Amino acid sequence: MDLVAVTAFGILYTIATLILLALGLAVIFGMMGVINLAQAEFLMLGAYTVLMATSHGASVWIGIALAPVVVGLLGVVIERTIIRFLYGRMLDTMLATWGLSLGLVGLVTLVFGPTTEGIATPLGHFTVGEYRLSQYSVFAILMAFAVLGLTYALFNYTRLGLVARATMQNDNMVSALGVSPARVYMGTFAFGSALAGLGGAVMAPLTGVVPTLGLAFIAKIFITVIVGGPVILLGTTTAGAVLGLVESLVAYTSTPIYGQVAMLVFAIVLLRLLPQGISGFWRRGV
Amino acid sequence: MTSWALWAVAVVIVSALPTVLSLFQIVQLTVFMIYSLLALSLDLIWGFGGILSFGQAAFFGVGGYVYGIVGINSGSTTLALAAGVAGAAGFAGLLGYFTFYGRVGSMYFAVITLTVTLILHQVMGTTADPRYAVGQARLGGYNGMTNIPSLALEVPGRAPLTLDPIPFFYVVGSLLLLVLALTRALVQASFGRILAAVREDELRTELLGYDARGRKLVTFVLSGGIAGLAGGLFAGWGNFMNPQVFSMFQSALVVIWVMVGGRGTLYGAVVGTLVVQFLTNYLGTASVTYTTVALGTVLVMIVLLFPRGLVPAIEGAIRRAARRRAPAPEFADE
Amino acid sequence: MNDVVLQARGLVKEFGGLRAVNSVDFTLRRGELRCVIGPNGGGKSTLFKLLTGQLKPTAGTIQFKGLDVTRLHPHEIARAGIGIKFQVPRVYDALSVAENLWLSARFRHGATGAGPIVDRVLAEISLAERRASLVGYLSHGDRQWVEIGMVLASEPDLILLDEPTAGMTHAEARRTADLVREINRRATLIVVEHDMDFVRSIARYVTVLHRGAVLAEGTMEQIRANDVVRDVYLGKRQHARG
Repeated sequence: MDLVAVTAFGILYTIATLILLALGLAVIFGMMGVINLAQAEFLMLGAYTVLMATSHGASVWIGIALAPVVVGLLGVVIERTIIRFLYGRMLDTMLATWGLSLGLVGLVTLVFGPTTEGIATPLGHFTVGEYRLSQYSVFAILMAFAVLGLTYALFNYTRLGLVARATMQNDNMVSALGVSPARVYMGTFAFGSALAGLGGAVMAPLTGVVPTLGLAFIAKIFITVIVGGPVILLGTTTAGAVLGLVESLVAYTSTPIYGQVAMLVFAIVLLRLLPQGISGFWRRGV
Repeated sequence: MTSWALWAVAVVIVSALPTVLSLFQIVQLTVFMIYSLLALSLDLIWGFGGILSFGQAAFFGVGGYVYGIVGINSGSTTLALAAGVAGAAGFAGLLGYFTFYGRVGSMYFAVITLTVTLILHQVMGTTADPRYAVGQARLGGYNGMTNIPSLALEVPGRAPLTLDPIPFFYVVGSLLLLVLALTRALVQASFGRILAAVREDELRTELLGYDARGRKLVTFVLSGGIAGLAGGLFAGWGNFMNPQVFSMFQSALVVIWVMVGGRGTLYGAVVGTLVVQFLTNYLGTASVTYTTVALGTVLVMIVLLFPRGLVPAIEGAIRRAARRRAPAPEFADE
Repeated sequence: MNDVVLQARGLVKEFGGLRAVNSVDFTLRRGELRCVIGPNGGGKSTLFKLLTGQLKPTAGTIQFKGLDVTRLHPHEIARAGIGIKFQVPRVYDALSVAENLWLSARFRHGATGAGPIVDRVLAEISLAERRASLVGYLSHGDRQWVEIGMVLASEPDLILLDEPTAGMTHAEARRTADLVREINRRATLIVVEHDMDFVRSIARYVTVLHRGAVLAEGTMEQIRANDVVRDVYLGKRQHARG
């Protein structure tokens, strides 16, 4: 009985963290059609923000609060200097952000060194029968759903969100109404980057901090968003649930690496069957 | 200058190089030429097919590992090389059939090929345990497969003669020129023209009766085979093969080679590879990290400033400069 | 011997909640020149896409020359002998006029046999002097002609023309009408059009599509006399003419 509870918890954890990490990309790719291969590096930078905070004596929570700000600002810079010249050129954006990703990994390695740093997990443990689970992982799960809910609310219940969704559908119309599409794109990209920074920061104590952190996640988050399809939040959540389930089930029966592989293979098969993604049946929306 | 003359010049240059370069430089140039083959494979599917594939590194790796497995177990490196090409081509056929006939969009195709390469990276890294072996060839995990035999000349009735660096250089050079010549002939013939039509407007081409998916598949298999050839030669050159060939870095590098050299000319891919690799060497191989940052920056700059490639941009600039010197003819061809 | 070349039965195409094609029956005899008219949004373009295989019907069947082509892939349908000319020309802008025609002719005749076909078609569409021009630089009317030429070069049994005179001058449209009648001698034609003068000059039999369904079918005179059609479509024009 305890084993079932712990396994269920583990599955929930895998799903929630996948959604948390993929959310920023869902916004950037889903709303702007930008294939940002440096997204995982935004995660990594969020993690490093927490590392910097703790190494200067501040608490993990400060780091987590700072991360979205830091990475969001970086997102603004990147959008202004690179991304905005490549709108509409999907493959070129892919290549440029790939170069950016390489550059960021290299720079961080030069500054911080290539080794993995650990961050002590705050909050303690709780027990389920014979098993000890970390309370921080509960926090991570809660954060995932909180951020998901907040993002959904932001896009669907605020004026900012309405403007963003309108720009996504028809930017000419929106500019005729007095809104600058360029600023909306900048803001959306910054928001997506901030989300990534937050995700990476929350996960930092659980994964460890290393410059190549992004490499472990880039394929997963991309495939999750793409399999999710055009209805961004619903699609990513569903894809996250399905793929997270596959990954954890296989990981429990063999090794974590095979879990990842199984998840990627399953995703490819899904894409083959549903070339538009899971939510491709619905119209494009949030 | 006619193309025959250019080919003749190329052959003469390649033949003469061992007399002017040191042995070390010859060995370096050999691996650069092997890389050029890999870049060529991408230019075929991307520059002519219009299909961006991040998976050429995967075919390179498959070709290398298969060469290693067959080479170690059979002792015949010729068979091993053929097996490497066939294995890579077969893998490309599977992947291509799965994606092209599944009506997967071009951007998703790129992501899928990248994902497959990363999957291979993960999987091959887990094979450290000795039980992961095919026959006598241990896969070796992150350290990779070692003791892969060098390419040897096999004449029936005699013992195989392992190729020294200079003869190996000639073999690789001839293979590169041969593949280059054959693929250029292919793209200038009907096959290439129809492929260009598929690239420009796939639906229109299908409505004229052509099976676009089949043609894309054939092109992809060819490019996979060429990448596999490069992989086999690489394994024979260095006598090792490890999962690094499946890394993001390696996949990015192939794309950079082709982007620098310009897409759609085939020889541009060769030029791009040589330029990037020489530059990397010149900048110093002391730190992989500096190279990573430099390459990342180069990629971003090229996409922003020279989206059609560095070599075409330079060619264009030279042509414009030449035109300004001579009186302009009636109709410019730009 | 059955001279029905195309038979569509109960064709339905749904997009979400919208029935773009609503239970259409369509019979076409060999050598016919059928015009399909109707207000915008009536389902004409969708019907063409179903016939070429670009879209698969939600229900219904299509038989071409006795062969069931309902589920065939576009290139298989093209090989069977259906050619289409789009409303907005789909031609290869980066290639020359002759190369565009060559691609079309090569399919049936091979690389060497294609040459004479290209020459012949170039003469038919009066673009022989411009054979080496890049299609992307041609005028809109000429690009239409190139596409017509491509269709001719592949020598299909059934040709679908989607608004062939769109964007043409009166003179060009008259030339097109002559060409259409000429082509009709070797192929069956379905022409979708809005230009009523053009329709009048070529039509023998007309189908009126409205909201995805066949509203009326008959000769041009029968259609003009049909009150329902008038109210829906022709009526407004007649009143405007006074």
